Amino acid sequence: MESLKAEGVKDVFGIPGGANLPTYDALVDADFRHVQVRHEQGGGHAAEGYAKASGRVGVAFATSGPGATNLVTAIADAMMDSTPTVFITGQVRTELIGTDGFQEADILGATLPFVKHSFAVTDPRQIPEYVHQAFHVASTGRPGPVLLDIPQDLSRADIDYEPRTEPVELPGYKPSTDGNIKQIRIAAKALASARRPIFYTGGGVINGNASAELRELADSDRFPVTSTLMGLGGFPASSDRFLGMLGMHGTWTANRAMDNADLIVAIGARFDDRITGKLSEFAPNAKVIHIDIDPAEISKNVGAHIPIVGDVKQVLPKLTREYRALQTDSSRLDEWWNTLRGWQEAHPLFYEPGQNGEIKPQFMIETLHRATGGDAIITSDVGQHQMWTAQYYGFDKPRRWINSGGLGTMGFGLPSAIGAKVACPDEQVVCVAGDGSLIMNVQELATCVSEDIPVKIFLQNNGYMGMVRQWQELFWDRRYSSVEMGASPDWVKLAEAFGAKGMRCEDSADLEEQMTAALEHDGPVLLDVRTVAEENCYPMIPPGNAARDMVEAPRKAVS
Amino acid sequence: MEAGTPQVVKLEDLHVAGQLSGRKHILSILVENKPGVLARVAGLFSRRGFNIDTLAVGPTDDPSISRVTLTLDGAVHPIDQVTKQLHKLVNVLKIRDMEPEETVAREMALFKVSSAVENRAEIIQFAEIFRAKIVDVARRTMTIEVTGSADKIEAFERMVRPHGLVEMVRTGEIAIGRGSD
Repeated sequence: MESLKAEGVKDVFGIPGGANLPTYDALVDADFRHVQVRHEQGGGHAAEGYAKASGRVGVAFATSGPGATNLVTAIADAMMDSTPTVFITGQVRTELIGTDGFQEADILGATLPFVKHSFAVTDPRQIPEYVHQAFHVASTGRPGPVLLDIPQDLSRADIDYEPRTEPVELPGYKPSTDGNIKQIRIAAKALASARRPIFYTGGGVINGNASAELRELADSDRFPVTSTLMGLGGFPASSDRFLGMLGMHGTWTANRAMDNADLIVAIGARFDDRITGKLSEFAPNAKVIHIDIDPAEISKNVGAHIPIVGDVKQVLPKLTREYRALQTDSSRLDEWWNTLRGWQEAHPLFYEPGQNGEIKPQFMIETLHRATGGDAIITSDVGQHQMWTAQYYGFDKPRRWINSGGLGTMGFGLPSAIGAKVACPDEQVVCVAGDGSLIMNVQELATCVSEDIPVKIFLQNNGYMGMVRQWQELFWDRRYSSVEMGASPDWVKLAEAFGAKGMRCEDSADLEEQMTAALEHDGPVLLDVRTVAEENCYPMIPPGNAARDMVEAPRKAVS
Repeated sequence: MEAGTPQVVKLEDLHVAGQLSGRKHILSILVENKPGVLARVAGLFSRRGFNIDTLAVGPTDDPSISRVTLTLDGAVHPIDQVTKQLHKLVNVLKIRDMEPEETVAREMALFKVSSAVENRAEIIQFAEIFRAKIVDVARRTMTIEVTGSADKIEAFERMVRPHGLVEMVRTGEIAIGRGSD
């Protein structure tokens, strides 16, 4: 507890059990907040939401065995999205380890493939040191989840805590952050030669707190910017140089720009398959400058012509300085901008407006933007509603958009909203949920009520697991299989049963007013918004295809 | 203008460094001697789809540090990517991709060969040619210890296999850099 306090921990999420009783006993006297969640997975995602909203390390506790294994999805999620988190699990007593004791599970072994690092405590005197190392590893370099597994007998041992005076030193862990200045100079000169450049920015800009530095670089000339799902908010969506998100459900212009670019500057992004589409046909004309703090990301999927390993926050200002010193003629970009503007005009994001009060999901997100002034922290589950939120909300600031990008964990939205609200109690926190996803962690409504965490859940209720239904419609001959949600609960009554406020909206004319009422209500709210059932999310790069094979929303024939 | 940074960088002159070396690589990896380290290394290989050809683990002159020596095929795997992923393991301290010309690599193998009276002499002769040692003799079998490069061990295997190879055990290669003058 003393070690956690020394790390500046103010809030933790978790559930007690047999093997972590000593920790929970110590919590009684500790002066930080413990949010008692209703399922360990919820606690794990709450820790992630906390970290993503605030940039501070998120912490979750669980007991041994099932408590620990319930954390596994959250740990894997934090690994994929590089979320700084520390998970502390109880383990059975030392003499029971390896005997298949009650509630014993090898959580260290189970999570090896998706932790940044993990520690098994074998001596109580290791605990303070390991806690400090865990926070150091989780929060520096490329952030990620760290697991600390403590057997019950060792966590109850009395040890004296001596405050540490020296920074943590791990012989095998030295992230390089500066960026090689020679490479940065070459990159600046390549940028000066480029006629069709594009900045492809990712979650690294958010994790590296480098939004201001990115804007500086983009402002050093008229560079167009696109962002991954994880990078949204790193560059203001309202800027006229922002081309929108790229990738499977990105904008026509962003994907076309990548396809036609002569120079791609990847900044804290990792060329995921949802970005590249068919790898062999990805950006055939482009040279690549790849800036990332993780050397293993460079040339992993797409070969980098100019690799720069370093912290984006340190590298970008150097690149800006070097580029400005070259005093290039920005008129070389005129033709490129003409092309980009042409695409933007001909291929904007588009949906057929709803008829007779029906609520289009895209309209719902536009309405949400109006109702929140575009300035709320938005979390989401995974599926169509997630993509529509990414496309239509227009994030202008970092750490406002919290979702499960890499692992794609349904049920992420509500618990991560809880974490975000605990981290930022003065901000408006909204969870945009899908009906398929929300029910996967709906038990956390109890946490919202009993811990007084007033998050607003705006449910896009279309009665389907919509994204899977869309794939079945488009790629599996409309043979719908297990995608209808059937006898879904009455969400309003469900919210009320938990002690939260339940609301329902079935008419687009009432939507903004109801959203505003929900936002103004002093407590958690679930607003059940009945949206059009079989809407598809476009544009879309069909899986396994190249970006240029993108499909747009069909337009109704004009009669 | 300092060396190494050209005046103008033309995009068409930029190239991606080659990924596949096309040859066998020996990686000599120093790791912290802590529980689970080998599982982390082995798990990384299986998760990333890298195939380990041989693997040898042993202590070093420092009891807190162990050495993992492994060989893998650079025609199939981008070695650079493998070493970068290995470096991300916090318990991995140092990785050397051993240069073939500057490395002494050795492996040991034990061969149990069926040896009837009539071919015993021939097997002993092979052992002498390969500077191998006969470490066990029984009524029907002989066990021979061979040390050398992987190529030498494979050559010995080809010689004795026709006589009836009952069992073979190999350690996997270990390697050390040649001394410099």
